[in-house]
Amino acid sequence: MYRIVEKNRLTPEAVFLRVEAPRIARRRKAGQFVVLRVDEQGERIPLTIVGSDPEAGTVTLVVQEVGTSTRKLGRLKAGEAILDLTGPLGHPTEVKKWGRVACLAGGIGTAEVLPVVEAVRAAGNTTLAIVGARSRELLILEEEMRAAADGLYITTDDGSYGRHGVVTDVLLALINDGAVPDRVYAIGPVPMMKAVADLTRPYNIPTVVSLNALMVDGTGMCGCCRVTVGGETKFTCVEGPDFDGHQVDFAELVQRQKIYLGQEKSSLEKFEESCGGCRIR
Amino acid sequence: MKTPRQKMAEQDPQVRISNFNEVPSGFTPEQAQKEAARCLQCKNAPCRSGCPVEIDIPAFILAIKEGDFAAAREKLLETNSLPAVCGRVCPQEDQCEKVCVLAKKGEPVAIGTLERFAADWEGEEPPSPPAAGPEKAKVAVIGAGPAGLTAAADLARMGYRVTIFEALHQPGGVLVYGIPEFRLPKSIVFAEVEKVKKMGVKLELNQVVGATLSLEELFESGFQAVFVGTGAGLPRFMGIPGENLNGAYSANEYLTRVNLMKAYRFPEYDTPVIRGKKVGVIGGGNVAMDSARTALRLGAEEVSIVYRRSRAEAPARIEEVHHAEQEGVVFRFLTLPLRYLDDGKGWMEGMECQKMELGEPDDSGRRRPVPIEGSEFTIDCDLAVVAIGNDPNPLLPRALPELKLGWKGTIETDPETGATSIPGVFAGGDIATGAATVIEAMGAGKKAARGIDRYLSRYTISPRG
Ligand SMILES: Cc1cc2nc3c(=O)[nH]c(=O)nc-3n(C[C@H](O)[C@H](O)[C@H](O)COP(=O)(O)OP(=O)(O)OC[C@H]3O[C@@H](n4cnc5c(N)ncnc54)[C@H](O)[C@@H]3O)c2cc1C
Ligand SMILES: Cc1cc2nc3c(=O)[nH]c(=O)nc-3n(C[C@H](O)[C@H](O)[C@H](O)COP(=O)(O)OP(=O)(O)OC[C@H]3O[C@@H](n4cnc5c(N)ncnc54)[C@H](O)[C@@H]3O)c2cc1C
Ligand code: SF4
Ligand code: FES
Repeated sequence: MYRIVEKNRLTPEAVFLRVEAPRIARRRKAGQFVVLRVDEQGERIPLTIVGSDPEAGTVTLVVQEVGTSTRKLGRLKAGEAILDLTGPLGHPTEVKKWGRVACLAGGIGTAEVLPVVEAVRAAGNTTLAIVGARSRELLILEEEMRAAADGLYITTDDGSYGRHGVVTDVLLALINDGAVPDRVYAIGPVPMMKAVADLTRPYNIPTVVSLNALMVDGTGMCGCCRVTVGGETKFTCVEGPDFDGHQVDFAELVQRQKIYLGQEKSSLEKFEESCGGCRIR
Repeated sequence: MKTPRQKMAEQDPQVRISNFNEVPSGFTPEQAQKEAARCLQCKNAPCRSGCPVEIDIPAFILAIKEGDFAAAREKLLETNSLPAVCGRVCPQEDQCEKVCVLAKKGEPVAIGTLERFAADWEGEEPPSPPAAGPEKAKVAVIGAGPAGLTAAADLARMGYRVTIFEALHQPGGVLVYGIPEFRLPKSIVFAEVEKVKKMGVKLELNQVVGATLSLEELFESGFQAVFVGTGAGLPRFMGIPGENLNGAYSANEYLTRVNLMKAYRFPEYDTPVIRGKKVGVIGGGNVAMDSARTALRLGAEEVSIVYRRSRAEAPARIEEVHHAEQEGVVFRFLTLPLRYLDDGKGWMEGMECQKMELGEPDDSGRRRPVPIEGSEFTIDCDLAVVAIGNDPNPLLPRALPELKLGWKGTIETDPETGATSIPGVFAGGDIATGAATVIEAMGAGKKAARGIDRYLSRYTISPRG
């Protein structure tokens, strides 16, 4: 059992969790993730390790509640426990001194990009964070991001905060101003990562994306997470999650994320029905 | 008149294809005693040499004949830590029963079914193992499959303090994630694991060695030897077009969803699985049979096994092929998939195949399948399960560059002791041999336990000065 020592609600659809997992806290690096199972009936789901405190033996996770598993997780209180949790999985993000690095994120990706921004900056790069949210109330970790990056740009789809628009608008403006990054890192919904890769391709800016393929075990045993990169099949959990954005077959990734749409919906309906009762607790 | 070989009762094929309950129900005590009485109690007992874990077969059978079922179970547990598993999934027809003297007349003693009967016998608890004498060294076992569980149990019996580190959230390896409930109920596996734990073995789940903790950390924290039993968990694909379409699974993914994650009970359990109407399973081994029979139980109307060689070359156990046929699985031998067909929306709609014929023998001694020009045809299917084999799990070897690897990434070991190229590190089971059998993995675990004992005895005896 992995005890939750702290829980904060960040937005109506995202929570922050600090969880006891001493071995993972000690070994994790930026870009790695855990796979967890909330309870006995639970699925195994992947979540990025947003941060860790090796002394306290805790890791932090930020969860967007989109379906049954993430809702179940969002419902747990501090002091309660997650049944199973393993990691750190996946290759750490490659970090070198490149010069100027732009890290783009959308939605919950803002949490996932935070450890990358920290690691990239620690390696001596001028690190710009460009984060987007649908609206102001859904923006997360603004303070943390401001502290971690050399410069922070915020966009909202509805213009309620920061720049009205999307993250690629900022990147394009930087490029047009002659402030071309030496490397770009993007993490978020697939359409956003694809847009970033499409934007940087003509400029030949090396662009790394962190793919959110569906997963089961997370240890290379099932092939559920396979993606096509440069015409070859790769297992995201053990060969990724970071890949060359200019080589990824995004259309296939989008397609594969839809495999269980119908079942995810019926599972969520059943869960919400059963929850009429659990709210009383 | 001579007693014929006894048979277990089985669920009717038409009934069982709509449930996940075990197919055969085991011997009744009367049947078991009757079958045990057929054993000739041979002095040289050839059956024993056919058993990779050296069970004293005539002795346990004699105990059944005499009605002392608890003693029979004890006898099994002396050498086999997982008899209820072995009694269900071992290919006895290629091992002990193949060399039983009665096999010459076509009806060997049903050693496997008797093993299952005795192992399942619920009498008084077996006495706990003798308390270990002076405490011996700490040994780490990586992987809780049959190889790791056997090595751990044997080492604990010798007095070592053993901890198993398992990557998944449940112990058992392929026994829990691969082999389906209807062939090996998970409650049986967990009961066997409990017995191993009662011997003092500690079990730590969710520990991916090479990720959660490293081998160096294990040695630093006081473990003096390590046994690696991480199995052959890397699914192979054919690399043909359409393999990543929605509706294409590796057998590992399909079976893991259904067995480990209990997707057959969705939405009570949260993990979903595609329920194909027309299912094509590619391969000819046990894994293919398990996948095909699982598809039927998940409501498929038509399930075919697509195998490029002929029936004679199929590596699956005869019993499994027979069960699959009884349940209505269609076999398409000498058929090779060339590509999967897209319905235009990213989902599987069929597979284009080619007919094959048998040519000259290949390296494996089996006749090589050769394509017949112009024989292409299409099989309709909305789900394809690729069951063409698994390679050794590369996760741990990758984290240990100094470990010497062999063919296809297997760990090179001394087959007698399990020793690897790194002192103090031993290995066995599918990670050393490539995908094989439960009992061979257990045999390797057993040998490695002895190898570790010898290594550590040498290690603790200080050199004479
Ligand atoms: C390496 C990796 C790291 C991740 N890190 C985080 C993280 O830090 N925080 C976080 O909130 N989420 C993260 N995700 C996504 C998270 O795993 C999924 O949101 C979760 O599995 C959904 O489960 P569910 O049962 O709640 O929803 P489901 O009912 O399974 O799905 C609900 C909706 O979410 C979509 N969805 C499901 N799985 C994914 C996925 N893997 N990626 C994108 N969309 C998905 C579905 O298509 C569906 O529309 C990560 C995914 C990967 C592969
Ligand atoms: C579907 C299917 C059906 C089969 N049917 C039969 C049958 O009827 N009869 C038969 O005899 N054989 C059968 N087999 C083969 C048999 O199951 C295997 O040969 C046997 O399980 C191998 O045992 P093992 O202990 O070497 O490995 P596994 O059973 O594969 O166990 C390895 C364990 O190590 C864990 N692990 C891997 N990497 C790490 C790591 N880095 N850290 C920690 N843990 C790790 C894995 O999670 C797993 O639990 C079948 C196999 C399959 C897939
Ligand atoms: S060879 Fe057959 S008959 Fe002889 S002891 Fe073994 S099981 Fe009995
Ligand atoms: S999630 Fe199973 S192989 Fe990647």
